[in-house]
Amino acid sequence: MDAISYERAGDIAGAVRAVQQPGAVFIGGGTNLLDLMKGGVTRPGRLIDITHIRGLDTITTLPDGGIRIGALVRNSDAANHALVREQYPLLSQAFLAGASAQLRNMATVGGNLLQRTRCGYFYDTAFTQCNKRTPGSGCAALDGHNRTHAILGASAQCIAVNPSDMSVALAALDAVVRVSGPAGERTIAFADFHRLPGDRPELDTTLQPGELITAVDLPPALFSARSHYLKVRDRASYAFALVSVAAALQMDGERVKTARIALGGVAHKPWRASAAEQMLDGRPLTQATLRDAAAAALRDARPQHDNRFKVQLAQRAIVRAVNQAAGRAGGVA
Amino acid sequence: MSSNKECQDSGDKNATPRRPARRRFLQSAAAAATVGAAPHLRAQDQSPSAPPAQARDAVPPRPVTLTINGRAYALRLEPRVTLLDALREYAGLMGTKKGCDRGQCGACTVLADGRRINSCLTLAVMHEGEHITTVEGLAANGALSPMQRAFIEHDAFQCGYCTPGQLCSATALLSEFRDGAASTVTADVRRRPAQFSDDEIRERMSGNICRCGAYANIVAAVRAVHEGGSQSGSAASDGNGTGNA
Repeated sequence: MDAISYERAGDIAGAVRAVQQPGAVFIGGGTNLLDLMKGGVTRPGRLIDITHIRGLDTITTLPDGGIRIGALVRNSDAANHALVREQYPLLSQAFLAGASAQLRNMATVGGNLLQRTRCGYFYDTAFTQCNKRTPGSGCAALDGHNRTHAILGASAQCIAVNPSDMSVALAALDAVVRVSGPAGERTIAFADFHRLPGDRPELDTTLQPGELITAVDLPPALFSARSHYLKVRDRASYAFALVSVAAALQMDGERVKTARIALGGVAHKPWRASAAEQMLDGRPLTQATLRDAAAAALRDARPQHDNRFKVQLAQRAIVRAVNQAAGRAGGVA
Repeated sequence: MSSNKECQDSGDKNATPRRPARRRFLQSAAAAATVGAAPHLRAQDQSPSAPPAQARDAVPPRPVTLTINGRAYALRLEPRVTLLDALREYAGLMGTKKGCDRGQCGACTVLADGRRINSCLTLAVMHEGEHITTVEGLAANGALSPMQRAFIEHDAFQCGYCTPGQLCSATALLSEFRDGAASTVTADVRRRPAQFSDDEIRERMSGNICRCGAYANIVAAVRAVHEGGSQSGSAASDGNGTGNA
């Protein structure tokens, strides 16, 4: 690893100031950043340690009935917090589906939002082509092994996927990201936080330079009774998703009042399946309707040569996740 | 924290095997093989090794005090030194192992304020003020912890390289489960996980890889300690422990 300088930030303002220095980046849990630094993928010159800033490691209730999760709350603590487990079990499940117990004890909520892709061509600097790592260099994944890559929303410059489980649940739950920066504080709707690659795949998010994530807000819990996070992966544990689904339902008898569906492992950002939601809202939850909704979610899919299976896998995963959210056993389209 | 508790609980059935000689031999062998000094001694007055051609100038070491197994270690570390390298190369505690060095294998697992973490993916300088427990700190007063004894009783290792990480991880696992923590195989996260099933153990140990494939016996050892079988010194065992897996 390159030599780095290091300083501890005492408060948010100090952290925002310190990160203006050339080559400076924030470090939280470090589980992704240090891994990238060891591989030479990311080469910051200065680390601003934000883990000692007070007040960012708590989960509190908001006046509107929602909750605020501080950016420094560790993934394991968020997963096991009583408010999260009881009111947002979808989010708890998503946290617990990610990484290992050790990594969840280290990784912060803010850091999880900023996880870089696990595309092998991004991670391995032996490959010179990667528009995300070196803008303008090309994309080795297009003609390479792309079994794990995007099927929705990709561009000719990048077909990488976002690896976070947490973010898929947050997308379904309409979370809001709170940030502090040189220009003050602002909030970012979750759908606007992560980007599609387009012509700028080096940018994962809409954060501006110098901005620090301080919290994630969740609106009042509407889906505590009916939600499910389903992660499909190559082994039973400790692997990134091939496809994942965060499904949440409000029911009115047999009829769906509100459906929320977000997909992981399929795009450069957590993918909200709005078309599928609209096909379920207000309708009885029949298997035929559900299959049609799942098909609608993948209508615009453009798979690569190694990942055509994801199109059907994602549809089946949607059917199963929604059925489980509804309290029905399994179900394959 | 949990490890201390378990250490105090440990009986006298299996006293610590008198085997520090092997480690001392390896350390002195390493010192003989390298230029002049054991790696951890080099830290005190080192001139940083030459950085790669394209790397920046080295950053000078700074004083970092780590509390490891109840003892304060005053070290001088560059900020880029991971907790794992600080433990092994600077504090001289070789029990914690470097496997992948990228957070994938769990061999480097230690406890920070009682919580299991991968020491390879965190900087030592970030852990001042915490209580670090390594595998060397699991035993107390010469008596192996219940988990250590159970690993021996159930033959939960072959080569042993992953074992320090497995032990720290399993020790933390038990306190997490006692605290009601859920896992991804817990049927309903809104409730406490009801059963300490083998699926729960496997899931909760999935961050620790064992290339020898001792998993079945590791599960048996963890289960035995959870059920208290090991503390009585009469854990059910058919000789190689697989009967419980």
